[in-house]
Amino acid sequence: MTTTHAAPAAVSPRPGLAPSAARTLATAARVLRQLRHDPRSIALMLLVPCLMLFLLRYVFDGSPRTFDSIGASLLGIFPLITMFLVTSIATLRERTSGTLERLLAMPLGKGDLIAGYALAFGLIAIIQSLLATGLSLWALGLDIVGSPWLLLLVALLDALLGTALGLFVSAFAASEFQAVQFMPAVIFPQLLLCGLFTARANMQPVLEGISNVLPMSYAVDAMTEVLRHPDATGDFLRDVLVVAGCAVLVLALGAATLRRRTA
Amino acid sequence: MMNSSGAAVVARGLTVVRGDRTVLSGLDFTVWPGRITGLLGPSGCGKSTLMRALVGTQARVTGTLEVLGRPAGDASLRSRIGYVTQAPSVYDDLTVRQNLDYFASVLLPGRRRAEIRRQHITRVIEDVDLASHADALAGRLSGGQRSRVSLAVALLGTPELLVLDEPTVGLDPVLRRDLWNLFHRLADERGTTILVSSHVMDEAERCHRLLLMREGELLAEDTPDALRARTRSETVEQAFLHLVDQADAAARNSSRDAAADPDPFQENHR
Repeated sequence: MTTTHAAPAAVSPRPGLAPSAARTLATAARVLRQLRHDPRSIALMLLVPCLMLFLLRYVFDGSPRTFDSIGASLLGIFPLITMFLVTSIATLRERTSGTLERLLAMPLGKGDLIAGYALAFGLIAIIQSLLATGLSLWALGLDIVGSPWLLLLVALLDALLGTALGLFVSAFAASEFQAVQFMPAVIFPQLLLCGLFTARANMQPVLEGISNVLPMSYAVDAMTEVLRHPDATGDFLRDVLVVAGCAVLVLALGAATLRRRTA
Repeated sequence: MMNSSGAAVVARGLTVVRGDRTVLSGLDFTVWPGRITGLLGPSGCGKSTLMRALVGTQARVTGTLEVLGRPAGDASLRSRIGYVTQAPSVYDDLTVRQNLDYFASVLLPGRRRAEIRRQHITRVIEDVDLASHADALAGRLSGGQRSRVSLAVALLGTPELLVLDEPTVGLDPVLRRDLWNLFHRLADERGTTILVSSHVMDEAERCHRLLLMREGELLAEDTPDALRARTRSETVEQAFLHLVDQADAAARNSSRDAAADPDPFQENHR
């Protein structure tokens, strides 16, 4: 490759290997642009959680305390489920449309791609959480002792975890049919065991043991801490770190499933 | 940055195994720079696998495969090769321009290069003659238009080597002629090396050199004229059939139970 003086297009000697903020941002912008052409999906992502919380409030019309605990937990669970679904389908489409193969044959790092997705869906998750949290606190009378910002922080981490799980799982789905079926397989067991229906301590000991290694349990625990305590407690900090750690771990696993060379 | 022999691609004993099947077995060939090399053979003979090996997306490749002086799949090659898969690989839910915008910022990232990116995008849209559809969603375009978007993406960044997997399949005759004119312009004016596959033999006449493939093996490597002269045939198609018969006869002589291929040209009989 010949180099010219002050060539603005000079290519770095090892393109595609160093993480690139510009490529990550371009990827995030591209994912958001794709979404913008699909306003119905955006509306569903943003409004369905609000509608569910609204329903829930009046299902528990006679027992507002129950709404407090379940509502707070759901504020953490909704972003996880939505982002899981959206990411698993989006990355599956990327795999089946051939664009993933094309991107991996170009100077794009796997980390750039994953970070781009996480960034774009993280942004959607923030908006979703803002709407859901705002509605619950100010319109539906959700009564929490802690700060709404902490609720938002947990919701965001949950969304990241959902993105990570979706990305990872899409590697094992050959079609959109299968990808959707991974939702009950991956999410429902966590939903049953996370302490939403009954305190985890009341479960059969084996199930409690299993719930201790499922990340959603910590997401719900963190929400419960915010519900009951005015400040960030040590338990809250631990729960948040576990959720964040899981998200990073699963994202790394997801990156490992992106292969430049395939059979 | 070619290798010492000046070739753009050098393959020696190139072998690819998929599952328990050997898709390419011990291919030796050379692709010369600034030339259009046609990769021809019936569907399923391993053309796409060979191209995937070249661009570094094929697993389980053995033998020697050197591309632009580097081992195939080397990270430094990713910005120097343009690759078009058989099925158009673009985002259906983005417009033509938005697709190009994204792929351009992967190739030439950074705010400093926004102007260069804009120039590249304008140029490739003109190259594939899609200016009037630049703001249409890719998913709304016809099949031929979508494959031209896919080609436009590969032209971004002025690659030294273009690897095109059946780029003219399903296109009408006028469009096919225009694309072949574009390929020749790229080779003549920009010195781009082009490897283009096809299972339609009449496209062979438009190539400078040919690689004729069948069942994962190379039947011949030559210019269209030399192939026709060598086999005393009128067309490359006849030359190909002649070579197939020759290979079959040789196989029958060497082993009695050689598997016969019923119809290497099924695709053309549709």
